[in-house]
Amino acid sequence: MANEVVDHGRRRFLTSATAVVGGVGIVSAAVPFIKSWEPSARAKAAGAPVTQSLKKIESGQQLIVAWRSLPVFIVNRTPDQLATLPKQDPRLVDPKSDGSSADQQPKYAQNGTRSIKPEWLVMVGICTHLGCVPNYVGEIKPEPFDPDWQGGYYCPCHHSRYDLAGRVYQGVPAPKNMQIPPYHFVDDTTVQIGVDPKEGA
Amino acid sequence: MANVFASIGDWVNERAPGLMPVYRKHMTEYYAPKNFNLWYYFGSLALLVLVNQIVTGIFLTMNYDPSAAGAFDSVQYIMRDVEWGWLIRYMHTTGASLFFVVVFLHMFRGIMYGSFKKPRELVWLLGMLIFLVLMAEAFMGYVLPWGNMSFWGAKVIVSLFGTIPKIGPALQEWIMGDFLPADATLNRFFALHVIALPIVLLLLVVLHLAALHEVGSNNPDGVDVKHGPKGNRWDALKPADGIPFHPYYTVKDLVGVGFFLLIAAFIIFFAPTFGGWFLEHDNSIAANNLVTPAQIKPVWYFTAFYAIVRMIPSAFGTAVWGVIGMFGSIALLFALPWIDAGPVKSIRYRGTGYKVALTIFVVAFLCLMAIGMDLTDEYFPKLFGAGIDITLWDNVFGRIMTLTYFGFFVFLWLYTHLGWEKTKPVPERVTTHD
Repeated sequence: MANEVVDHGRRRFLTSATAVVGGVGIVSAAVPFIKSWEPSARAKAAGAPVTQSLKKIESGQQLIVAWRSLPVFIVNRTPDQLATLPKQDPRLVDPKSDGSSADQQPKYAQNGTRSIKPEWLVMVGICTHLGCVPNYVGEIKPEPFDPDWQGGYYCPCHHSRYDLAGRVYQGVPAPKNMQIPPYHFVDDTTVQIGVDPKEGA
Repeated sequence: MANVFASIGDWVNERAPGLMPVYRKHMTEYYAPKNFNLWYYFGSLALLVLVNQIVTGIFLTMNYDPSAAGAFDSVQYIMRDVEWGWLIRYMHTTGASLFFVVVFLHMFRGIMYGSFKKPRELVWLLGMLIFLVLMAEAFMGYVLPWGNMSFWGAKVIVSLFGTIPKIGPALQEWIMGDFLPADATLNRFFALHVIALPIVLLLLVVLHLAALHEVGSNNPDGVDVKHGPKGNRWDALKPADGIPFHPYYTVKDLVGVGFFLLIAAFIIFFAPTFGGWFLEHDNSIAANNLVTPAQIKPVWYFTAFYAIVRMIPSAFGTAVWGVIGMFGSIALLFALPWIDAGPVKSIRYRGTGYKVALTIFVVAFLCLMAIGMDLTDEYFPKLFGAGIDITLWDNVFGRIMTLTYFGFFVFLWLYTHLGWEKTKPVPERVTTHD
């Protein structure tokens, strides 16, 4: 043994083989630890659909309900408010919600009012910038942040602005229109959030 | 009695003969330049605050409950019912803010006197890593009281990762362990804040000091005392312009410590919230996932970087540019030793262009801070009349300041790589030698 010549190629191979096998072992062992950070089964189970009566929401009012711990805005838009929507198009990033915001609503809400029924806006109230809850500033009057305010949403975090259909204005940090969740009307005065309307209904 | 201590000392030395040489190398025989000035207090003060954070932090964990249901109440419990709990918590919260005060000043000192330049690049990189870990540590600590600002701060910061195209949303859920900041988020942030990051931080501090002591300290003249004449009162082979760290600089630092503690105690006892700067008023309200505070902004030490996020608009359907800008603003600091190729270290002997640029850089940083704190929202109407479009002017001002921040690094690269800098002659030895 003692006077054998060192085979460097063999030694290099053994060193790298050991390093590779050890590396694979470390990476594999890291998987459970990394996966342990995923939402747990309990957190996933907390996402059941929410049913809300609309009877007490007056014209122009907004109600916030929690769905999957997310705030969902339900707004009973007035005719005046609805009339502002088409006029905003030139100032918006994606007025028809078919560009960057194509995946921000179900197909049945991809229209001018971003809703099933024009007056009822049902929307996840999370700013598409960094996830704050924008404030509902529904009145059509000049505001400190916009002298030509047409009603809509104003995010207190980074000053993103949206119109009354949750469509984002140009020149603000938020990139997309706010998200419309899957929802349907159980009857004329009840909405269920988290479930799509039945086909053909 | 003295004999007992001496024999204990001998006993240890026989079994660990390497200890005394290490002590001598880093304390009594570490020769630091003799011309340190006021700016050289902040390194030792950072160490002092680190010790404060660890000690008060350990005592806070004894009464803190890291659950979404119990966290907010347990902090109120510490404040009201635990004997001296209010003092321990205020020491921790004030310490957090003062940590950033001394670290910002320490970093500015490094930039001003060229302490990041060759051969101290590694010291600078390790210091920047400390800064990065410190930011993560501060952010997670800020979430723990689970007030409404904690919750929304966590939401916004975690959402920064959500802006990354493709993997963003999944990454965000992975960080939070839920669809919103929740129990799981709080628990893991607690674990990271009290165990994982402090261990990393301590290791980095040791490496930072070890790397410094390998190459030796810089000084306000930016001349290397190691390359100067040899021979001082203690050692014929050591730098003539160096003095032993202990006792000379330990005693000097003690004066700084005394002065610093005076200020810290004043804040802790008379202004612990510092007018909402160190502890924000909205954080006295428990976390509420349905209501964002009317004005959401990070604690003051993050505001400059945060303003950059706000000032960069989204483009091509993604908001990631602001986040890239923010991380880029820190990455550029990491790269400073390679951006600034000027041969002269200290601002005392550098070109006028550098002095002007550094001043403008500091002003831009402070302006970004003010924008991030929403001070502009408050003062613009007062300065320019109530009718102005605040968002517009905020954006104009903020974008100019953001460009100025990045412009500093561009200028510095051109200025030093293209040889535009006209430096003054650097003295052979530190200017205060006898």
